[in-house]
Amino acid sequence: MTAALYSLSWNLVRDFQQMWEFSFMRNALEAGTVVSVVAGIVGYFVVLRRSSFAAHALSHVGFAGGAGAALLVVSPLWGLLGFCVGAAVVMGAMGQRLRDRDVVIGIVLMFSLGLGYLFINLYTGNSADVYSILFGQIFGIAANDVLVTLAVGLASLLALAALYRPLLFASVDPEVAEARRVPVSFVSVAFMVIVGVAVAVSVQVVGVLLIFALLVAPAAAAERLSARPAGAIALSVAIALVCTWTGLLLGFYYTPPVSFFITSLATFFYLASRGAGRLLVGLRR
Amino acid sequence: MTASAVVRADELAASYGPAEVWSGANFEIGPGELVVVLGPNGAGKSTLLRLLLGLVSPAAGRLEVLGSTPRRGNPHIGYVPQARPVEAETAFRGLDLVRLGLDGHRFGLPVGRRAAREARARVAEAVAAVGAERYAGRRIGQLSGGERQRLWLAQALVGKPDLLLLDEPLASLDLRAQAAMAELVGELARELSLSVVLVAHDLNPLRHVVDRVCYVAAGKVMIGEPEKVVTTEVLSELYQAPVEVLVDSRGRRFVVGIDEELAHPHSHGESERR
Repeated sequence: MTAALYSLSWNLVRDFQQMWEFSFMRNALEAGTVVSVVAGIVGYFVVLRRSSFAAHALSHVGFAGGAGAALLVVSPLWGLLGFCVGAAVVMGAMGQRLRDRDVVIGIVLMFSLGLGYLFINLYTGNSADVYSILFGQIFGIAANDVLVTLAVGLASLLALAALYRPLLFASVDPEVAEARRVPVSFVSVAFMVIVGVAVAVSVQVVGVLLIFALLVAPAAAAERLSARPAGAIALSVAIALVCTWTGLLLGFYYTPPVSFFITSLATFFYLASRGAGRLLVGLRR
Repeated sequence: MTASAVVRADELAASYGPAEVWSGANFEIGPGELVVVLGPNGAGKSTLLRLLLGLVSPAAGRLEVLGSTPRRGNPHIGYVPQARPVEAETAFRGLDLVRLGLDGHRFGLPVGRRAAREARARVAEAVAAVGAERYAGRRIGQLSGGERQRLWLAQALVGKPDLLLLDEPLASLDLRAQAAMAELVGELARELSLSVVLVAHDLNPLRHVVDRVCYVAAGKVMIGEPEKVVTTEVLSELYQAPVEVLVDSRGRRFVVGIDEELAHPHSHGESERR
């Protein structure tokens, strides 16, 4: 977007120094880094629990939140956090039984999209704001939002650390977990809230429609490359970081939007991991 | 009535929702005893396990497990539920599965190097006890049904239980895997003097290791030695219908004459699971 003044020299240190001179770029890199770490870690559990539909729905809930925030002229992050966490509690509490889960998620998704549409209708401001909710606005993140992202990101990671073992247990082996007195319902609602926070902060970077780029694709790729939970989590974070950093670098120097680069890279990593996973299995045989 | 009974049921009744499943059960299970629970689908076999686990309360009567009222989270009970399929690419190894049995219920991250070493040793010990060393490091989704079942068994053993509850551990295994699994469970019960309550569909693969049979059918529970319970007279009386038990030259028992209606008295799909 600033390509008129600067061009990518492929000397990455110099390129990053150049980018770092701009405060919007610093905000973008800082927020993008926090978001990638959070989304990469939370993503492992989203993929493990096969709850990508919930993540998808929560991001659309975020659309209503972002639009509502625009209407009230507050930072979209607050609207995102409020709506995503609220919807996560409803989805977690009402969708305990597998049979109800997809329906409850779908109803929440439908209602919040309707609400979002209402908010846009009432909103008289710039239509570019709507686009930024849908496709991300990483270059428009305010310094204050970076701090909020860092704070809620850290809080959700701390909560995830506390839940780590019971969440693994309840995800892989719910019946034994229940017998061993793991509070399975509480764990699943708490996890949905953590996903809500991860979605809310990720929407700033890639937008509502492209949430899978950070929350699902890196974890799904990592899952195929490492059989160990800790290894898959580390790889998922690494892939999310590479996608975001590279996306920001390319988005800074070239015309296409950052979200496009991030989603393309995420897709590439997923496809490559499928190939590599098959190769690994083949070599072992 | 011995003082050391691991399980003691006294006029015990079980219900599934508002409906009574069975009642009037009186039995004891001693230390190191292997009891195979048989009966038609939906008769309340899994409900018996859920009672022992403290996941449901008795509808009537008294139940004592390891000297006290059953309660969720009793570390002296190991439990392996019915097998479920696992996606092949799930990033979770057999070792991780076994480890859950050790400290999966604890909140917070595990800390300390010594604790980690100890945990690894306990997991390795449980894996060795079921003979799963060769494949415990592989993804659980890529293992065969028998291999996965052994790892689930290791998970139940890693907490060093006194009572082992196994729900259909032989289901969906081929005949050789069934025989190997039966032999393993018998061996573990003997060596660790573990009491085992094992739900099965077919007694024959277990006939060399079973001590007593617990028949759950037609609202009743009957327990005793297989050659005394799995007979034409007793089962006909239990089902209130003509049932015939045939015994072949190798001691295998075949129950015939239970028609579909009797075999599935309340066959509304999932009733067996919950």
